[in-house]
Amino acid sequence: MIDQNLPVLVPVLFLLAALLAPLLGQWRRGLSYLVALLALLVNTAVALYSLYYVVVNGIVRHKFGGWVPPIGIEYVLDPLAAFMIAVVTVVSLVVLVHSRQVVKVELVGRDVPFYGVVMLLLAGFCGIVVTGDLFNLYVFLEISSLATYALIAAGEKPAPVAAFRYLIMGTIGASFYLFGLWFIYNMTGSLNMADIAAILPGICGETGVIIGLLLMVVGIGIKMALFPLHGWLPDAYTYASSASTAFIAPIGTKIGAYVLIRILLYVFEPGYFSSQIPLADVIMWLAAAGILYGSVMAIAQKELKRMLAYSSIAQVGYIGLGLGLANPLGLIGAVLHVLNHAFMKACLFLVAGNLRVTIGHSDISRFDAALRRKMPWTMAAFTVGALSMIGIPPTAGFFSKWYLVLGGIDRGAWIMVVVILVSSLLNAVYFFRVLENAYFKPALSMDEAMGDYDHPDADIESFPREEVAPSMLVPTLVLGTGIVLLGIFNAFLVSAVIRLMVPAGL
Amino acid sequence: MYESYVPLWAVMVSMVAVVPILLSSRRPNLREFWTVGAALVKFGLVLSLLPGAIAGRIAHVEILQVVEGVELALRVDPLGIFFALVASGLWILTSVYSIGYVRGLDEKKQTRYFACFAVCLSSTIGIAFSANIVTFIVFYEILTIATYPLIIHKETTEALRSGRKYLFYTLTAGVVLMAAAAWTHRLAGGLDFVPGGLLRGVDAPASTIRILFLLFIGGVGVKAAIMPLHAWLPAAMVAPTPVSALLHAVAVVKSGVFGVVRVVGFVFGPQVMQSCGVDQALMVAAAITIIVASIMALAQDNLKMRLAYSTVGHLSYVVLGAAILSPEAFTGGVLHIASHATMKITLFFCAGAIYVNVHRQNISELDGIGRAMPWTMGAFAVGSIGLAGLPPVNGFVSKWYLGLGAVGAGHKLALAVFLVSGLLNAAYLFPIVHRAFFRGSNQYEGEREASPLMVVPLVITALLSVFFCLWPNGLVNLYDLAVMITGSVFGGGL
Repeated sequence: MIDQNLPVLVPVLFLLAALLAPLLGQWRRGLSYLVALLALLVNTAVALYSLYYVVVNGIVRHKFGGWVPPIGIEYVLDPLAAFMIAVVTVVSLVVLVHSRQVVKVELVGRDVPFYGVVMLLLAGFCGIVVTGDLFNLYVFLEISSLATYALIAAGEKPAPVAAFRYLIMGTIGASFYLFGLWFIYNMTGSLNMADIAAILPGICGETGVIIGLLLMVVGIGIKMALFPLHGWLPDAYTYASSASTAFIAPIGTKIGAYVLIRILLYVFEPGYFSSQIPLADVIMWLAAAGILYGSVMAIAQKELKRMLAYSSIAQVGYIGLGLGLANPLGLIGAVLHVLNHAFMKACLFLVAGNLRVTIGHSDISRFDAALRRKMPWTMAAFTVGALSMIGIPPTAGFFSKWYLVLGGIDRGAWIMVVVILVSSLLNAVYFFRVLENAYFKPALSMDEAMGDYDHPDADIESFPREEVAPSMLVPTLVLGTGIVLLGIFNAFLVSAVIRLMVPAGL
Repeated sequence: MYESYVPLWAVMVSMVAVVPILLSSRRPNLREFWTVGAALVKFGLVLSLLPGAIAGRIAHVEILQVVEGVELALRVDPLGIFFALVASGLWILTSVYSIGYVRGLDEKKQTRYFACFAVCLSSTIGIAFSANIVTFIVFYEILTIATYPLIIHKETTEALRSGRKYLFYTLTAGVVLMAAAAWTHRLAGGLDFVPGGLLRGVDAPASTIRILFLLFIGGVGVKAAIMPLHAWLPAAMVAPTPVSALLHAVAVVKSGVFGVVRVVGFVFGPQVMQSCGVDQALMVAAAITIIVASIMALAQDNLKMRLAYSTVGHLSYVVLGAAILSPEAFTGGVLHIASHATMKITLFFCAGAIYVNVHRQNISELDGIGRAMPWTMGAFAVGSIGLAGLPPVNGFVSKWYLGLGAVGAGHKLALAVFLVSGLLNAAYLFPIVHRAFFRGSNQYEGEREASPLMVVPLVITALLSVFFCLWPNGLVNLYDLAVMITGSVFGGGL
């Protein structure tokens, strides 16, 4: 009985929590966090069970109110959706536990609305993933966007400007999507994905369908920060509170990537965007440009969060590239990278949060070797995340690149193979710059910091431990460990789960 | 083939030892106990696999799928155990020597040093036992990263610059190797190392094979220091001397030439190489490296730098031996992995002992040091004789087979390269010995030998070098193994 309702459970619970968290928070401040935690715990369990259930038993469809599609709205859990939900909930759960302390420092007095908005954000994300209806998807897209605006705006001084910029860009994106959807609806007379998928093959050559698809892709491209539609991202990630960034950065853009995959490979025929129109090539080349652009820009950054933001643009490029390759291995690489990058970016942003809470800044040039003494575990987690971003086995990052390279070779896209490899090296440049500072740059001694220059090189050992509280450290380490485990068990994931997502005919 | 977890334990023992090493950071004697203990256990485990390998029974274990369709698998074939024996055996001596060295210099960060060393050895044995290319890459990249903290150990600006250079070269090589592996996977459908060549019988145009070969050699050639990919190695001499000794004369660089031997003998195979003409290209690169590196060694006054360039040259002996594609040369190349290891580690040990004792690094300052440190410089003389390819040191044996192979295959030029290089080796090493013993200078009056922790290991490695010349098959059957390796690679004929 409950199995048939699995698709609905997660978004509904999040919506409920989004209501309850601020309400109960009025009564007792601490309750809002507990509500959020409880909702996430339950939903993580549901999500993992759903993933297991879907992999074993196949797709679950839920018809809202018993209305038969295409009249009614349908929620669908297929392997791709179940996988995405699992990624979103697991990563969010870890980030939520971490966020509690960060919120206390960075969002003083705003903890109650924060948790409410986070729940709304997750409701939006999960709704986008499970819905089988293109218009319903738009609704959830707006819900998640509204939550994102709020989360970004609550940050440093320039944050409201960054949020406003994203508001404009996001609204344009949503409008593009809606406009494209109008075309599709006009041509097919339906909003249900499965229904449209059945109708499209007959009319897919029509101009209206192509225009509709292109408009939708542009709209989603903005949400996904696909180069050159990424303009909103760096400021938004940098100026938002570390707690907000840690929620938005690892999963926000991935949801965009998910919608792109959903529409291009499931709503349309899998081969359509690569063989009938040259859309796959465009996505692939833009992604490649984004990878190089993001990596080069990341090298130029002086601030850790901003560097990670540009790195995100590059990493979203990997996902776009895998999709643009339009073959099974490329898709596997892209989907695996959604998971891997969610873990890596979450881990790295949590480290940035730890640094801000402890030493008050995340300026790369001001890092010095005292960090390795003060926060050994945080820096260890950062090292693992960095190695994974560079793609050193057995960390996860190596393996998504492996499948992407295989896909590139299958496609004969040698330039793409080169781009992936070169970007690994660019990643090495900007991550080792940070690592070098944090581990080996001579530290100012306490005396020196106070103007006494008699002892040039401080003895690192003389600094006291200042590691963050366990509630922040444990999530950071969980993600760091997760990166290694995901790497070691990637083959299992790929053959047991991700293979199921490759649609026939790709 | 039989399944056995011993190879896995042999790989893991030093990785596991990292934990107690880190935990006992405040008790140096206990910490060093773990290092030496792990080294002994590792060597014991490797040794226990030897009889099976000699008898043709190959231990084999599949751990889990590392990427879809490829297992993380270890296999103890003759080549693997050959390299594992050399690396793990010399680790025992290096561990003891390291203790004397870091304590003699009162180095900082000793715990990190010993921990990284242990990880390096795990990955080296992993490389030796890798059954397929992906497994090889996994350990190869771990080795790259684990070596980095050792290179920048001093944390000076110069050390950091060298570290950056090292990372630039090795990480580039890593991604190139990954591309080569991925491409091979698409061409051959599998990635196992197959004696005689994984790509034998694969239908691919010669141009594809050539590019693929270039990628592979680009990938393993950095650690093998084939010119022009060698520049990181002299720079890496900024590391503490035991690191230079074991990693930059044995484990890391030999992983590179081991990789070349794997690529030549087990990925491409003699037939494919010959039919595409890539053997010629590799020969030319190796020959140039040998000669140029030897000449550059002549110009160095810093002892470790001279040894580093010497290493660059000798690594290419192995490469040239593999590229000649004659059974004798192949045997000689494989044997030279072991010969050069024992000889060069001796020389580096000597350089380190001198540095710890009298804080001199330049050759021009070593007049008369032999009278103060007779054992050390005696050992240095033995290593020098061996590197020049003269009996009774094992360098002679491997060079003999290399020469035989060069003549047998009709490559007169390769033979000339070996002979000229022998002379150059003599030219850059013998003067050091001459200075040490025969140049009049009393500046080292009153100086004594370094601590026994350092002198005993270097005397042992010098004795081993002599021993393996007189009994190439003694103790650990290195000669038999080399012949078996050659037999398996050339078994299918040319």
